[in-house]
Amino acid sequence: MNDPLSAANAAGLPSELPDEPTTPPRSQWRDIWRQFRNHHGAMIALVLFVSILLFVLIGPLLWTIEPTYVDIRARNQGFSWAHPLGTDQLGRDMLARLMAGGRVSLAVGLTAMSIALTLGSLIGILSGYFRGLDAPLMRLTELFLALPLLPLLLLMVTLFREPLGKALGPAGGIFLLIVSAIGVTSWMQTARIVRGEVLGLKEREFMLAAKSIGTPIHRMVLRHVLPNVLSPIMVAATLGIATAIITESALSFLGLGFPPDFPTWGRLLYDAVDQMQQFPWRVVLPGLCISLTVLSVNYIGDGLRDAMDPRIRGR
Amino acid sequence: MLTFALRRLLLAIPTLIFISLVIFLLLEASPGDPLADVPLTVPPEVKERMREALGLGEPWHIRYALWLKQFFWVEPLHWFDQIFGTSFSQGMQRVISFQSRSPVFDVIAERVPQTLTVVGMSYLIGVLIAIPIGIISAYRQYSWFDQIGTFISMVGFSLPTFFTGVVLIIIFGIKLQWFPSIYDTTHRVTDWDSFVQQIRQMVMPVTVLALYNAAQISRFMRASMLDNLRQDYVRTARAKGLAERVVVLKHVLRNSLIPVVTVIALGLPAVFGGAIVTEQVFKVNGLGQLLILAIHGNDIPMVMTLTFIFAILIVGFTLIADLLYGILDPRIRYE
Amino acid sequence: MRLKFLMLGAASAALMAPVAHAERGSDGQLNIIMWQAPSTMNIYLSGGTKELIASSAVLEPLAGSMPDGTLFPRLASEIPTLENGGIAEDLKSVTWKLREGVKWSDGTPFTADDVVFSAQYCMDPTGGCAQLAKFEGVEKVEAVDPLTVKISFAAPQPDPYSAFVGSQAPVIQKAQFEACIGEKAPTCTEQNFGPIGTGPFKVTSFKTNDVITFEANPEYRDASKPAFASLTMKGGGDAAAAARSVLETGEFDYAWNTQLAPDVISGMEAAGKGKVQAAFGSLVERIHVNLTNASSDLPEGERSTTAHPHPFLTDIAVRKALSMAIDRALLVEIGYGPAGQPTCNYVPAPAAWASDNTDCLQQDIEGAKKLLDEAGWTVGGDGIREKDGQRLSLLYQTSVNAVRQDFQALIKQWWQEIGVETELKTVDASVFFGGDAGSPDTFQKFYADVEMYANNFEGGNPAPYLAKFTCDKAPGPDNQWQGENVSRYCDPEFDKLVAQMATIVDPAERGKLGQKLNEMLTKESYAIIPLVYRGTASAVSNTLGNVQINGWDSELWNVADWTRTAQ
Repeated sequence: MNDPLSAANAAGLPSELPDEPTTPPRSQWRDIWRQFRNHHGAMIALVLFVSILLFVLIGPLLWTIEPTYVDIRARNQGFSWAHPLGTDQLGRDMLARLMAGGRVSLAVGLTAMSIALTLGSLIGILSGYFRGLDAPLMRLTELFLALPLLPLLLLMVTLFREPLGKALGPAGGIFLLIVSAIGVTSWMQTARIVRGEVLGLKEREFMLAAKSIGTPIHRMVLRHVLPNVLSPIMVAATLGIATAIITESALSFLGLGFPPDFPTWGRLLYDAVDQMQQFPWRVVLPGLCISLTVLSVNYIGDGLRDAMDPRIRGR
Repeated sequence: MLTFALRRLLLAIPTLIFISLVIFLLLEASPGDPLADVPLTVPPEVKERMREALGLGEPWHIRYALWLKQFFWVEPLHWFDQIFGTSFSQGMQRVISFQSRSPVFDVIAERVPQTLTVVGMSYLIGVLIAIPIGIISAYRQYSWFDQIGTFISMVGFSLPTFFTGVVLIIIFGIKLQWFPSIYDTTHRVTDWDSFVQQIRQMVMPVTVLALYNAAQISRFMRASMLDNLRQDYVRTARAKGLAERVVVLKHVLRNSLIPVVTVIALGLPAVFGGAIVTEQVFKVNGLGQLLILAIHGNDIPMVMTLTFIFAILIVGFTLIADLLYGILDPRIRYE
Repeated sequence: MRLKFLMLGAASAALMAPVAHAERGSDGQLNIIMWQAPSTMNIYLSGGTKELIASSAVLEPLAGSMPDGTLFPRLASEIPTLENGGIAEDLKSVTWKLREGVKWSDGTPFTADDVVFSAQYCMDPTGGCAQLAKFEGVEKVEAVDPLTVKISFAAPQPDPYSAFVGSQAPVIQKAQFEACIGEKAPTCTEQNFGPIGTGPFKVTSFKTNDVITFEANPEYRDASKPAFASLTMKGGGDAAAAARSVLETGEFDYAWNTQLAPDVISGMEAAGKGKVQAAFGSLVERIHVNLTNASSDLPEGERSTTAHPHPFLTDIAVRKALSMAIDRALLVEIGYGPAGQPTCNYVPAPAAWASDNTDCLQQDIEGAKKLLDEAGWTVGGDGIREKDGQRLSLLYQTSVNAVRQDFQALIKQWWQEIGVETELKTVDASVFFGGDAGSPDTFQKFYADVEMYANNFEGGNPAPYLAKFTCDKAPGPDNQWQGENVSRYCDPEFDKLVAQMATIVDPAERGKLGQKLNEMLTKESYAIIPLVYRGTASAVSNTLGNVQINGWDSELWNVADWTRTAQ
């Protein structure tokens, strides 16, 4: 069955929703899209999110200054025609750096968040729904919660940086390493929350009813469990993007992330904190980008959830 | 319920020992050297001697067994001695930090007060703010209150504390000079003035952390309330003529608390873990700073002990959360 | 010999003579912030600079170094020399005369026995003393009489000013530490955190990695000092926060190690509450060139070993071109400001040892291009030079540090201009500088083509520092990658000169030979590309008087003389 919810589960790519082939018998997607369009906050957020995507994807094609190009004579400049958003302490163009940084931060944020959510929801549902899996999976969750992150990340990088770099090229290898490092270390909260919800859910009457008419397990999970735990997952998704973007920058301070001259939003923000008083816009710009992204994802998530809730659909 | 709790407690012991083994192996395998801080002017031969003096010459399983013995046997004996004035632990080596060469538990005891006052207080305030905000935001969805609350909490969550903390210091510490930019851990509250002083130095770190925590919890609270407000039983309750306040605060709230309880139960052990970034920004020097310094310095006994205590708290609080689920929703049963 | 040292020492001691008004404890409280907090007060158990600074307020050596690197007596009454008979003719022993009437802060007298004990304490084979190198070659330390100590060496020592010279090797009290020797050293927490000393302050409370409080030592030998009644040393935060608390809010009087971008510092100084001062010792930020092949195609255990020479960095033209392309003055301007100077030397000081080599100070991109052209490296289609299918493509690693990352970006660009491609890599400092033989990312393993870091030497004798680059000290699997010759430089002539150094006594001649060794490493081979002669920067409040920042000893070397001045 082409389940709408697993797509929604990979949230953050809601802009693709309208293009999804609509399943003729029920035209569910059209319903949802119609509902979604009526949600003003979500529509504004969608437009904003798409423009951020365009900014980082198309922007660099139009504004062709290399983000790593050092022009030492032009350092610490304010807004000008040559550098619309000024330059940093080495004379690198801030606009170009924001666009290049956004590509990385968005890609890392969305991918890492999806990994964490998928893992978390899967483990949460399995352990909440199947009594036999509960104990081992929850002990595993406790183990992961207890592990000190820093040594774990250091170890992962030491073990996998070179092999992955060789297999996928330096940038691809590090990207995979970072998103999996963040994903693997941040699924636990989602898993616990989803499990808690499922525990209560599975004792509800409609679940018992569905079970009694012999609904197969996969359909029980996809049809009845997942839709009902969607709201906390959505919240975890929006919070997860913010966390992933910031964690990525934390990784680069440890020398675990992308090469040091490679800009990302989190890193631009961190690097500029010391110079906040002299050059405030250097912190404001990346901070604004991160906040806008998180805000827009949040509102899109709100809109989606409302649109998918059959109880208020068409209200 | 009681048998369930007892069984879980018993099961916790092997779980924790397994966790301690995994942590130890992880620390062993991850790159780094306890002597990385020692300046390069110290020649390698001397470093080798220092390494031996730290006991690093022994193979890992002996060091792990030693740590287990020190943690589970020597330390309790030592506390027993402290309380009853006996001397069972005479001549036994306690868990010793590589960095300061002092007993790990003494250092932890030194750090607990400031972490509990600052991080604990901010968590408490965060929860106290978040729950009402979450409830009102959900009840009046898309009202001005909700919109502003959403905006502030999303911005609060997406801006890292290393940024918001420094902004507060620049505004209130430097420009206005209202609050000290450096937390004085030696400050003792003895009278009204010193109490005011203590409050002044706590304001900024607590604000930063509370904002961050409240942002997260209020979002989960709101989402969960929204889900429940739309349920059939709410309509039934209203139809029954129950007061709106009773419907919302008793029925809906209780049913909405499960994800919030989960988040808080995961957050409380983190209080003990301290707040690494915020502690650093405001120089609070609590457990978070202790842990990060120990990790950077590869102070294995310190990291091991701290993370293990952390693991105990996690196991404990997840158990408490599981028990609370049963109270909040009697349909959840554990056999 | 060394008469000059003694004279200068005496002269400066006279200069530092008590200021007329001073009275012990009259200036109240002194606040110092150390963003990297001290973890112990016993410097013998920790080699760190932060611990060195903390312990130097309490513990004193026999002699210390002045800001210009010359020695002055502290617990000794004079600096032993050949002339005054303190140093034996055969250079196999040195006799220190102790200052009379010195008392420990508990009121008991300081005697030669304490000095002898301190040596035993550090030289105990099971103690893991961090300052053991200070006692290298020492055969015996004995008390001739209560005020005379004789240190004997196994072999003639051209430079005997090592044991008990400088705050790294202070004298600890025998009565206090007697039960703490050897394996028991770490169990003595109380002693390690609160050593009894002869210095101007004594510890009242110690919280590891957090805060230390001191009060004036009532038994300090100069009754009018220290001017401050108490001293608080707070740890935590970062360099920017520490500088801010001195320069902008005035909450603290002194902040150690405030290494920040020059424009950040000048912004903070504009508040008018204090200034940043820099002390120059021997710290040089440099690039090491890997003369061996670090390619990951080689099997583990053979990468970066002398068995496989580097495919193109063995060509001196390439190494020289890399150096020529760098604008050192600009690096200083961006990264260090007044706390740095461009340099072409590996040993930048003392004057007798510093070569007058200044060839590298002028950036010469065109010259570098020409040099590479002549050496047969032609520019390929993508702007990167190549010869016989070998592209000039480098991996450039360093530790995580904002200034170093700026340097990497700048240098990458200059190298790009001369047709050398650079990939940048950063490693967490605790991994990079840790000697974990299992990690591929340590600076000793050097699985990269070039790497950048800073190092220095202690005391006034650079000979051991230069001797690190002999062939046998190249790190490799047979020495668990612990060698210090990270460039894997190997020149038999250099080894011969190092051996010769050990036999030369005359300071002028030693300096000359040192200059030659220095030039062999730098401008003759470009195995090391020096960049910046770095000072350590500290922020000092305008209300502090008599602060003399010192790059050769602890920054608190003269804390007894510090005073509070009206602004």
